[in-house]
Amino acid sequence: MYDFAYHRPKSVADAVGLLKGKPEARAMSGGMTLIPTLKQRLARPSDVVDLGGVKELAGIKVEGNNVVVGGMTRHADVATSAEVKAAIPALAHLAGHIGDPQVRNRGTIGGSVANNDPAADYPGAVVGLNATVTTNTRKIAADDFFKGLFETALADGELITSISFPKAEKAAYMKFPNPASRYAMVGVFVAKTAGGVRVAVTGAGPCVFRVKAMEDALAKNFSSAAIKDIKIPADGLNSDIHGSAEYRAHLVGVMARRAVDAANK
Amino acid sequence: MSISVAMTVNGKAVSGKVEARTLLVQFLREHLGMTGTHVGCDTSQCGACVIHVDGKSVKSCTMLAVQAEGAKVTTIEGLAASPDKLHPMQEAFRENHALQCGFCTPGMVMSAIDMVKRHNYQLDEATVRRELEGNLCRCTGYHNIVKAILAAAPAMKSAGV
Ligand SMILES: Cc1cc2nc3c(=O)[nH]c(=O)nc-3n(C[C@H](O)[C@H](O)[C@H](O)COP(=O)(O)OP(=O)(O)OC[C@H]3O[C@@H](n4cnc5c(N)ncnc54)[C@H](O)[C@@H]3O)c2cc1C
Ligand code: FES
Ligand code: FES
Repeated sequence: MYDFAYHRPKSVADAVGLLKGKPEARAMSGGMTLIPTLKQRLARPSDVVDLGGVKELAGIKVEGNNVVVGGMTRHADVATSAEVKAAIPALAHLAGHIGDPQVRNRGTIGGSVANNDPAADYPGAVVGLNATVTTNTRKIAADDFFKGLFETALADGELITSISFPKAEKAAYMKFPNPASRYAMVGVFVAKTAGGVRVAVTGAGPCVFRVKAMEDALAKNFSSAAIKDIKIPADGLNSDIHGSAEYRAHLVGVMARRAVDAANK
Repeated sequence: MSISVAMTVNGKAVSGKVEARTLLVQFLREHLGMTGTHVGCDTSQCGACVIHVDGKSVKSCTMLAVQAEGAKVTTIEGLAASPDKLHPMQEAFRENHALQCGFCTPGMVMSAIDMVKRHNYQLDEATVRRELEGNLCRCTGYHNIVKAILAAAPAMKSAGV
């Protein structure tokens, strides 16, 4: 690992100030992605701004119809939160299946969503539940946030402060985990919400995406039978040592049906 | 960049000068000479380095020493009450032949203690296996590790640890 200047601000304002004008500075939340990247010398930040001491970023609140999760909230805290379990059980389930217990004790929602790993779980929930990402400067709708492979709408130095998830009538997340890393080979988040049905797929492509054909079919009939004949084209899906694009395309259908069945339970 | 850090390790106040990039596991092994915590991989996947920071199990290879400023750290060296009285989890690993080469063992034991406590001393086999997702063992095939953890849970409860 190359050395860097380390900062531990106490407020969002200070963190933003420390990142400002330093194109090579990086924020750090749980460090569960950043530190492995630094260890492999895949990044060489001039400064690391540790958000671990920023109290205002951690915690979970229920505000009306929304569950608002602070950017520094760890996966383990979302997984075990009584509020999240009561309001959106699918979100607690998703958080409880990220990586392993030690990853969940450090990794955070802000870090995961900002990183936008194609195989990460949270992007599925953010898009599937039509969540809103709040940063230090603005609010970004889920459909406008994820831009491509490891790419988001965040500007340099912009920090995720919280993510607001509207409660769903029914929702479930099903993933086929990579047996070694637990990252999603394919994960499908299905939600029946006031604004309609949403089907978000992570792991399969370079970036989370929605499946309109499934959403339309489920809007008419929210049952796994309604989507059993919908085929996902393999074009553009990920192909690697873990599975071909065709295999992932097939898994999208399987995981979507399982998710609908789980949501109906 | 040289930074002073101070923390409590196994009940003792320790401090030192580190670089920003010094990993917590390096601080333990190379600065404090506590080599019980192992490093088994470069990818944050094996769990040989698991310790407790403020009561939570973490991979010490994926934390900077400076992130543990002011924290209470427990390592494998801090478990036994005395050289001839092992922690019930260590005892259960010995009784159940849960180690062969022993390389993964410190991390296994630290993860296991954390899982027993989080599940309020009540575990079944499926839960133990799922909870061990962050710990790899190249020798045992896990069977005896699972047996040891299931045996240690009630032993920890009656020992009040
Ligand atoms: C062994 C292992 C298994 C894993 N398995 C899974 C899995 O199954 N599913 C899954 O989804 N993930 C998995 N992960 C990734 C894990 O969830 C990470 O915690 C997560 O991707 C990054 O979160 P973090 O808080 O650790 O971010 P960090 O590593 O601290 O940061 C990641 C990136 O986001 C930026 N960043 C951090 N916080 C913010 C913020 N508030 N605003 C803007 N930018 C920010 C950083 O600058 C950095 O570029 C795994 C990781 C490991 C090591
Ligand atoms: S050394 Fe392998 S996870 Fe830490
Ligand atoms: S006993 Fe050898 S790696 Fe587990």
